[in-house]
Amino acid sequence: MPLSTQSQGEDEQYILVTSLDNARNLSNLLKAISFKDHAVFTTTPNGLKVTVEDCKCVQANAFIQADIFQEFTIKEDLITFQVNLTVLLDCLNIFGGSTSAGISTALRMCYKGYGYPLTLFLEEGGVVTVCKINTEEPEEPIDFDFCSSNVTNKVILQSESLKEAFSELDLTSEMLQITIIYFLELSTFGSSGSAHYDYSKDSDMMELFRCKETQTNRYKMSLLKPSTKALTLSCKVSVRTDSRGFLSLQYLVRNDDGQICFVEYFCCPDEEVEEDS
Amino acid sequence: MQCVVTGGNVKVLAKAIHSLSRIGDELYVEPCFSLCVNQSVQTVFRSVATLEKTVEKCHIELDEAKDRLTFTLHCKHGLLKTHNLSYQDSESLQAVFDKDSYANVFRAHPRLLVDTVVHFPLSVEEVTVTVSDERMWVRNHVEDEAERSRAMLTELCLASDEFDHFAVKAHHSITFCLKELRGLLAFAESTGLLLSMYLDEPGSPVVLSVTDSVLEGNFVLATLSDDHNLCKNNNKGPDAEQPPPPDDFMNDDIDSYLIAMDTSVAPGPSAANPPTTSLAAARETPSDRHRIRRHSEEEEDGDRLPNKKFRSIFFGSVLPPSPQTSMQPVPTQEVLASNSEDETEAD
Repeated sequence: MPLSTQSQGEDEQYILVTSLDNARNLSNLLKAISFKDHAVFTTTPNGLKVTVEDCKCVQANAFIQADIFQEFTIKEDLITFQVNLTVLLDCLNIFGGSTSAGISTALRMCYKGYGYPLTLFLEEGGVVTVCKINTEEPEEPIDFDFCSSNVTNKVILQSESLKEAFSELDLTSEMLQITIIYFLELSTFGSSGSAHYDYSKDSDMMELFRCKETQTNRYKMSLLKPSTKALTLSCKVSVRTDSRGFLSLQYLVRNDDGQICFVEYFCCPDEEVEEDS
Repeated sequence: MQCVVTGGNVKVLAKAIHSLSRIGDELYVEPCFSLCVNQSVQTVFRSVATLEKTVEKCHIELDEAKDRLTFTLHCKHGLLKTHNLSYQDSESLQAVFDKDSYANVFRAHPRLLVDTVVHFPLSVEEVTVTVSDERMWVRNHVEDEAERSRAMLTELCLASDEFDHFAVKAHHSITFCLKELRGLLAFAESTGLLLSMYLDEPGSPVVLSVTDSVLEGNFVLATLSDDHNLCKNNNKGPDAEQPPPPDDFMNDDIDSYLIAMDTSVAPGPSAANPPTTSLAAARETPSDRHRIRRHSEEEEDGDRLPNKKFRSIFFGSVLPPSPQTSMQPVPTQEVLASNSEDETEAD
């Protein structure tokens, strides 16, 4: 493989070396959370987590476990840095992002540590490109303090039906209202009227429906609309709310090789609306 | 008011709404009285392809107390979509037309006209339809001379045997908007029904309709009125007293033909064998030349109708009395009224 032509000596300088035969297994997931320019990379021996935030109100995380990578070597317990996500995606798609079967871009991603750029080696059809992207001081991601023990309501359903609702969402509505009773309801209130999408708990699309108490919460449409990209990639989605009305959306995504990865969105409720209790 | 639309009929309703949305911005719904909702109705039926696969039933309810029109779509997999739309009361609209009294009636599968209009570039705004005993011509309408020399002229001829029914009592030539025609043809084609076309004199609306046991759709389009005659009547030039010239079919010059487009008598210029003079004479009666026709008045119903106004056309020049002479515009043309009306809407 052309990418492994680096000398042994150079390899030893990197504290992180990861490689993928198909860069799309990374780029697709990153696209699903790319609503802002900057992303924080958090790497542990378990894998890679990429975090994007907006307005201190919404946070998206993409998880790529270590075993997804063909090679995953990490010399420290925790490595974090921040890069320009738009630039990174441009680099990952530098060969044009062809989706034809059999043609894929191979990726080797390396990092020497604090102050060094993130180095990408990309190869397709015998052509190799090297990209070095400056890294920045990572901003501390918000801790939404969303823990499973505090979850009030949890619904897991197949993405297919939610995809329809999200693609039709009335964007003139400032808010997206989510109600969980004995159904899951998405509501918008736009300039011409209101729209409601009700998912019955008995629907065959529903895999789990656990409602401890009736809740209605409103979230800013502009913050949640980007999650549509993750929804489109996913086959299953879990919708959870906690006692404060914080929303957690978790998406199960199968990559090109059928392996499972996760994308997660957290969003705080709009403060003006009181929760029903 | 409450009504329920089931199964495949939901798709028909959706397509009707999409078709109407290409004609105007407001939708007038008339159960027993009229109300008007804005274009948001189209968003209820946004994706016809998805509707077809997932919607089992559509329930429409009018809540007068809350001024609300509610569409409830019962979809597969236990999904319920509810859209509550606000509406405004409005006066009832009546387009005044009596298609049964029209001189010319045609019936064909919409595909015939769809295949015809596809040849016109999207920039073409108006088309002229001309009928004779055996033929229908469709061509793009170009107004002024300056534009005509630059414009691409497209003309198609349909024979009477391409239609299921072709009955012509009066040879008319009418001009109307192509955009609306495309929209209604798409709908008509999706219904799978035959399309009937009722065509009368210029100025009278052209009516296109599809009918079956559960659905009746009438699309009434205004046509340009025939003001060419008005121009001639006031002509102070030497030609004023001459009898109307026979149709000049020996003259292959498309320009001169189009300039002289008398909307009451206009067979295609590309006819290899010109129709006989007797035919031409029979069509032009003195009353045709002297009658002043106004805008289709039926269409001007205050400000309520979608804004579909046509300009009145005053032709700048007329056919020379003899076929051999070169084209010369008649020297003095008194303009009776300037083209002061609004353009037809761009969308």
